[in-house]
Amino acid sequence: MLSRTADHLYWMARYIERAENMARVLDVTNYMSLMPNAFHNEAGQWRPAVLIADTTTAFEEYYGEYSAANVIRFLALDERNPSSIVSALKRARENARAIRAAISTEMWENINAMWIEFHSIASENSVLDKPEEFCDWVKSRSHLFRGVTYGTMLRDDAFNFVRLGTFMERADNTARLLDVKYHLLLPSAAEVGGAMDYYEWSAILRSVSALGSYQKIFSDAIESWRVAELLVLRHDMPRSLHACLDEVTPILEQLCSTRGWECLRLAGELHASLHYGRMENIFQQGLHEFLQEFIERNYALGSEIQHTFLNVPDSTV
Amino acid sequence: MNMNISNAYDEMRESGGNVRDIYQTFAHWLQCTNIGKLNQKSREAELLFRRVGITFNVYGEDAGAERLIPFDIVPRILSAAEWQVLSAGAIQRVRALNAFLNDIYHGQEIIKAGILPADFLGNGMYRPEMQGIDVPGGIYAHIAGIDIVRTGESQFYVLEDNLRTPSGVSYMMEDRKMMMRLFPELFRRYSVAPVEHFPQVLLNNLRATAQPGVSKPTVVLLTPGAYNSAYFEHAFLAHQMGIELVEGQDLFVKGNAVFMRTTEGPQQVDVIYRRIDDDFLDPLAFREDSMLGVPGLVSVYRNGGVTLANAIGTGVADDKSTYTYVPEMVHFYLGEEPILSNVPTYKASIAADRKYILAHLAELVVKEVHGSGGYGMLVGPSAGKAQIEEFRARIIADPGNYIAQPTLALSTCPTLVEQGIAPRHVDLRPFVLSGKTVTLIPGALCRVAMREGSLVVNSSQGGGTKDTWILNDAQ
Repeated sequence: MLSRTADHLYWMARYIERAENMARVLDVTNYMSLMPNAFHNEAGQWRPAVLIADTTTAFEEYYGEYSAANVIRFLALDERNPSSIVSALKRARENARAIRAAISTEMWENINAMWIEFHSIASENSVLDKPEEFCDWVKSRSHLFRGVTYGTMLRDDAFNFVRLGTFMERADNTARLLDVKYHLLLPSAAEVGGAMDYYEWSAILRSVSALGSYQKIFSDAIESWRVAELLVLRHDMPRSLHACLDEVTPILEQLCSTRGWECLRLAGELHASLHYGRMENIFQQGLHEFLQEFIERNYALGSEIQHTFLNVPDSTV
Repeated sequence: MNMNISNAYDEMRESGGNVRDIYQTFAHWLQCTNIGKLNQKSREAELLFRRVGITFNVYGEDAGAERLIPFDIVPRILSAAEWQVLSAGAIQRVRALNAFLNDIYHGQEIIKAGILPADFLGNGMYRPEMQGIDVPGGIYAHIAGIDIVRTGESQFYVLEDNLRTPSGVSYMMEDRKMMMRLFPELFRRYSVAPVEHFPQVLLNNLRATAQPGVSKPTVVLLTPGAYNSAYFEHAFLAHQMGIELVEGQDLFVKGNAVFMRTTEGPQQVDVIYRRIDDDFLDPLAFREDSMLGVPGLVSVYRNGGVTLANAIGTGVADDKSTYTYVPEMVHFYLGEEPILSNVPTYKASIAADRKYILAHLAELVVKEVHGSGGYGMLVGPSAGKAQIEEFRARIIADPGNYIAQPTLALSTCPTLVEQGIAPRHVDLRPFVLSGKTVTLIPGALCRVAMREGSLVVNSSQGGGTKDTWILNDAQ
């Protein structure tokens, strides 16, 4: 397959996944802001969402104040923000358009219809008025696109690059979400075991569609360390770091049949740390330190994938 | 003043108002279908086209602005007998044009015979790089679009030949798909020749023109990229043929071969169906500011390391100043009588013609010799005084750059417009494919001028398209 085609496929998937995760963050932030007696002020509630996307500098330059309306505008509709939902959806569709011959007709029509529909539903008024409806729409479009991809795409390398993009992005997003939330919540958990604690942690689970799974697995009170375990080490939790690397590693094994050993090595190493890791050790190291290191190593793997397959420098041909 | 529509030949109705035989069934159906339903179907088509992303970009508008070409739901219908004449004529013309290209880049017998003037090679479209180069099968124009207009029952004229990178075939196929989806009942009543196999025929031809000795040729489609006006078509054809859609940056030259960068390392390319103009193909050979091309490509091509379709330098044959000689070429190379006629053409470079042109500007259509897409054109009868005077000055300043033709009363076809069904002028572009044989898929792009009385059918000027039905014999 053309390297450029692989590049577009990979980034198409990454941007769709990014849009979905951004919607999840926005949705849960909005939900928490509706809780009575929230122990944070408005800025305290909304700032973490911007923090997760690692875009505080740009936000403070354009908006300044962390109000609900500002954060929603910035994360959902502001094209100046490269991580906003609109930017991610637009880029996903542009990548798809550049390779519409390489994906199935249904996939192209689906992503194109998404972009057309976006313009009819995503007015500033309607998004600010009902952010939850908008976030649901983004999530369901992402589900739809993944469904049409799984249902119609030939199982060749193109399919592998799409999945690779999805899981590389998801691993990064889950790690960031957990890192920011964990960091913010723990110091303020004065009322450990209290009602607010329950809502905060359940909100995190809800944001990665894992509340039901948590209850099924532990059937116990929601404890912060169990939440962390679920999102880091549980291989059967579809958005956990372990589950993402469970997908990435075999994909790379298939793609690296003749070259790209460094990709394989980096992925294998990262996978092993999750596959054989123990939560006690991670907490000893410090969850924040562990997640920061994960984000960096995942990024390094992404760069290696980029150099090996997607933008091959001339010197290597 | 616009063309008086009532004088034009109407595809559906005789001048007395009676419906022509081939349109009888359609006319009956139309009568039984209320206008509300037609409008609703038309809107449905627009939504579908937008969803499928059958859009084009207009030069000069915002980068990335995508527009739909208006699609009209009334088909252009041609009988088997009419098609017989058109297809034979178009094939004959392309055979002559390929022979001409082979000749002009080799022995130039046609100049020696005095049919073309000795200074013909001064034509800006002649590519000295191609002189003496043999191309596989002697085929230069693998894909040709022949623009044909009609002015009467059996009066067909070739308006121009498109031998460089003709576009529009995706509309021929998508319009058909749309019609079958919107009005399946009509296809039960008419036996319409199918067109879906076009990409297969094209692919077979492209494979057949690989350099001798290549056993399983790798064919790719080279596009300028997603912001090109015809990008949809490039993607569509690549998808239909199952070949890679590449941009210049995906290809590179090493030794006497062209490779594409793939995720498994470099892979050699044997045939390039290129949708990039000559000028932009190779910054080392032509325009050095071209970001679209592949450095070194032309040198590999000249050494026989890769096939380009269409060949480099076909512009010398479809240039408007060459056009007038095509009937002569049919005589000269094929020893046959031309089946299709040319439109009478006056060349401003010839003193007598120029005098006639300047005296009759208000009646003529004036075109730039190298122009295309309906740009740089004067339609005398509908132009204002200022525009006519502007062209007069331009022609006097640079006569070699202009030709003129009588304003033809292009035939009209019923078309759904705001006021209901009304006649609009149409043309026809069938696509001729040259490989081991020269063939024509029974279908064509039919372009329609959506504005009342307008004769300009180009999509860049607001023209629309119609599905073209070639009927099987037994109707």
